[in-house]
Amino acid sequence: MNMNYTAEELAFRDEVRAFLDEKLPEDIAAKVKGFRRLSKEDHQRWQKILSEKGWYATHWPEEYGGVKWSPVQKHIWDDESCRYGVPRSIPFGVNMVAPVIIKFGTEEQKQKYLPRILSGEDWWCQGYSEPGAGSDLASLKTRAVREGDHYIVNGQKTWTTLGQHANMIFCLVRTNTEVKAQEGISFLLIDMNTPGITVRPIITLDGEHEVNEVFFEDVKVPVENLVGEEDKGWTYAKYLLTYERTGLAGIGISKAALSHLKELAGRRLKNGRPLIEDPSFSQRIAQVEIDLTAAAISNLRIIASVEGGGVPGAESSMLKVRGTEIRQTINDLARRAIGPYAIPFVEEELDLDYDGEFLSDENAAPLAAQYFNNRKLSIFGGSNEIQKNIVSKMILGL
Amino acid sequence: MDFRLNEEQQMLQDTVARLVRGEYSFEKRLEFSESELGFSEDFWKQLGELGLTAVPFPEELGGFGGGGVEVQSVMTELGRGLCIEPYLQSVVLGGGLISQVGNDAQKEQWLGGIASGEVRAAVGLQEPQSFYDLNNVETRAENSGDGYVLNGRKAVVIGGHCADVLLVSARTGGDTREADGISLFLVSPDADGVERRTYPTIDGAKGCDLVLNNVKVGTDALLGEEGKAADIIEYQTGRAISGLCGEAVGAMEVACDLTLDYLKQRKQFGVPIGKFQVLQHRMVDMMSELEQARSMAILAASVADEPQSDERRRILAAAKNVIGRAGQFISEKGIQSHGGIGMTWEYNFAHYAKRLVMINHQLGDDDFHLERYAALLQAS
Repeated sequence: MNMNYTAEELAFRDEVRAFLDEKLPEDIAAKVKGFRRLSKEDHQRWQKILSEKGWYATHWPEEYGGVKWSPVQKHIWDDESCRYGVPRSIPFGVNMVAPVIIKFGTEEQKQKYLPRILSGEDWWCQGYSEPGAGSDLASLKTRAVREGDHYIVNGQKTWTTLGQHANMIFCLVRTNTEVKAQEGISFLLIDMNTPGITVRPIITLDGEHEVNEVFFEDVKVPVENLVGEEDKGWTYAKYLLTYERTGLAGIGISKAALSHLKELAGRRLKNGRPLIEDPSFSQRIAQVEIDLTAAAISNLRIIASVEGGGVPGAESSMLKVRGTEIRQTINDLARRAIGPYAIPFVEEELDLDYDGEFLSDENAAPLAAQYFNNRKLSIFGGSNEIQKNIVSKMILGL
Repeated sequence: MDFRLNEEQQMLQDTVARLVRGEYSFEKRLEFSESELGFSEDFWKQLGELGLTAVPFPEELGGFGGGGVEVQSVMTELGRGLCIEPYLQSVVLGGGLISQVGNDAQKEQWLGGIASGEVRAAVGLQEPQSFYDLNNVETRAENSGDGYVLNGRKAVVIGGHCADVLLVSARTGGDTREADGISLFLVSPDADGVERRTYPTIDGAKGCDLVLNNVKVGTDALLGEEGKAADIIEYQTGRAISGLCGEAVGAMEVACDLTLDYLKQRKQFGVPIGKFQVLQHRMVDMMSELEQARSMAILAASVADEPQSDERRRILAAAKNVIGRAGQFISEKGIQSHGGIGMTWEYNFAHYAKRLVMINHQLGDDDFHLERYAALLQAS
C-alpha cells in the first residue's frame, strides 16, 4: 500500500508546473478559471504551445510525434492542468480519431492526417449521433453507397461539438443494410468543405453555440478515406469510445471547480457572515468535497492498476457516473451561492474583455448558465444510464 | 502508487479469512449470538492463538507491530464473517488506549493479556446525553486524596458485559462539553458501585450501560495525564474508525455478493430478476457505493497512525461519513432487491443489513462526521 508519487513522478510534476508557469497564457487561464467563452483562436494558440513542447499527443506512439506518458503522468498532467486553468483539450482529433487511424488506418492516412492533427492544421469533429441514433448508436441511418472510387453519403449527424470550427469530420455511416445493424457500419473521414455538407447550429439551453447539426446531401467521399475495412466500422467505433470514456470522470476539473466554489462561498454573505460558515451550506460543500475525495482515490486505484498492467474496464464507467454527478453537484452549489443573482442573464458579462459594470460579483455571471450547460455531463460520452448498463453486463454479469 | 496489500498483509488477511470460513457459519453465528456470553469464546481464543488480537501492539509488548492497514485486514474479514467478538472494543480501543498512554505498570498488567486474548477490555466513552460527542462528559471523578470516586453513567458499552477491565472517561475538571478536564480510568467491573445493565444489540452482539455509583479507584487507575484525555481518546477513536471502515467494507462486500447472486437466481415473469434494468442499475449503484467505501477505507488506514492533524481529522471524518452512508444504502437497497426473503431472520442478508446500519451508529454517524468535516473545511 503506497499512495505516494515516486521521485521521478514528483520531478515530472515539477516539470509540468514549471512549463505551465512559463507558457500558459494568462488571458486563456483567466477565461478557463472564470468559466468564460474560449475562441477557436484561444484553443489553437494553446495547442501550438503544447505541440512545441511535445506534450499534445499523449496517447500516441513516439514514432508519430506522441509522448509516452504513464497513466500516473497523465493523471499528474490532468490534475495540474485543471488547477492552472488549462483549456480542456478538444479531443476529437488528437484523442479520438488519431488512435483509430494509428491502429486501423493505412500508411497514407497516417502520413496525411497525423501531422496535421499535431500542427493544428486540421480541426476534427465527431459524426456519431443522429436524430434517431443516440444511446442506440448502431441504429444510425446515414447512408454511404459506393460508386466507383467514391462513396456517396446522404444523411444527418447531430450534437456535433464545435463542428462550426471543424474542417474534418469522422463519421459512422451505413454501407450495408442487409446485415445486422452493427455489421453494416463503416468509418469514413470526410472533408467538411466537400459540396453537399451543411452545418447548422444548435443553441443549447444556456444560449451557447457549442453543438451543431451536420447534413449530408450526395456528398462524394473518396474511397481512400475509408478507415480499415468496409462494414467493420463498429469495431473501430467501440475502440474509439474506450478512449472517450477514460477521463470522463473529470476529477481534476471537479477539484478546480470545488476550489472555485469555496472561494466564492467565502466571499458571498448570508446573515452577514461568509456563506461558507453557514451551517447548512458548509455541510453541502463538505458532503461534495468528501464524495470527491472518495472518487479521487477510486480514480487513483484505477490508474495504479493500469500502471501495473491492468486494463481499465467497466470501472471507468462506474467512475464516469460518480464523477459527473459530483461535478453537477458542485455546479449546483455554485449557482446557489449567488442567490437571486443567478437570475439575471447578461451575456456581455461572459466576455473576458467586458469593461462595463458587473451587475453583481464579476464571477457570478456564468454560474447559472454553467449549471445548465453541465447537465450534459451525465448525457454525453455514453449517458450515465448506458454506463450502468455496461457495468451491469461487464462486471456483474447480469 | 500501489494499492495492493503487501505479501505480509495479504497473508494476515488470508489467515483471518480461513479462520472465519472454518469457524463462522451463519448458523453458528446465531448460536454464538444467543449464548450467555454473546459470542464465541472458542473463536476468540483462536484469534488469540493465531496472534490476531496482538496485531496493533508494539513488538516489545508481545504484539505484531501492525498499523492501520493490518488492523483493517483483520477487521475486513471479521466484517465478512459478521463476527460479533469484541475485537474493536478490546483490542483496538481498550488495548490501543492503554498502549498509547498507559504507564509501564499498566501496560505490564493489561497489555499482555489483551494481546493474547486472555483479557478482554471494553470502553465507556459515551453517555446518555452525549450523542456522539465524546467530549460531552458528565460522569465525575472526584479526587479523594488517595484516589478517585466515580459517579455517572456510560452509555452503550459494547462488550462491556463480559469485559475484565473497563476504560471509562470521567471529568476531573471543566464543564460538560469542554475538552479540558476529561480523564481516563481503568475500572474493574467487579468494583463496588459498578452496575452493568446488560442487553443484546439489534445486530447480534451484547453490550451494557454502565452505572457508576461512588466507585472508588486508586491513583494507579488513572490512565494518562489527569484532565488531558480528550486528545488521546480522539486519536484512538480515529484508529477505531479506520478499523470500523475495514469491517464495514467486508460486510458490504458480502451484502453485495448476496444480492447479486439473488438477482441471478430468483426468477419472476419467467426470467431471472437481474434481467430487469431497474434492478441492474440499483445493483450498480450498490457496487459504486462499495467502491467509494473501499477508497475511503484505504485513505483512512493511511492516516490512522499519522500524528494528529486537521488533515487526519478531515480524512477520518470523511471516511466514516462515506462508509456510514454506503452501509445504509447497501442495506436498504439490498433488502428491497431481495424482497420478502430479505426481511427474514433466517436469511443472512438481513443480519448484514443490521450490522451495516449499526456501524453508522458507532463512533458517530454520517451527519455527525459531516458536521465535523464542515467545521474543518478549508477556505479553498
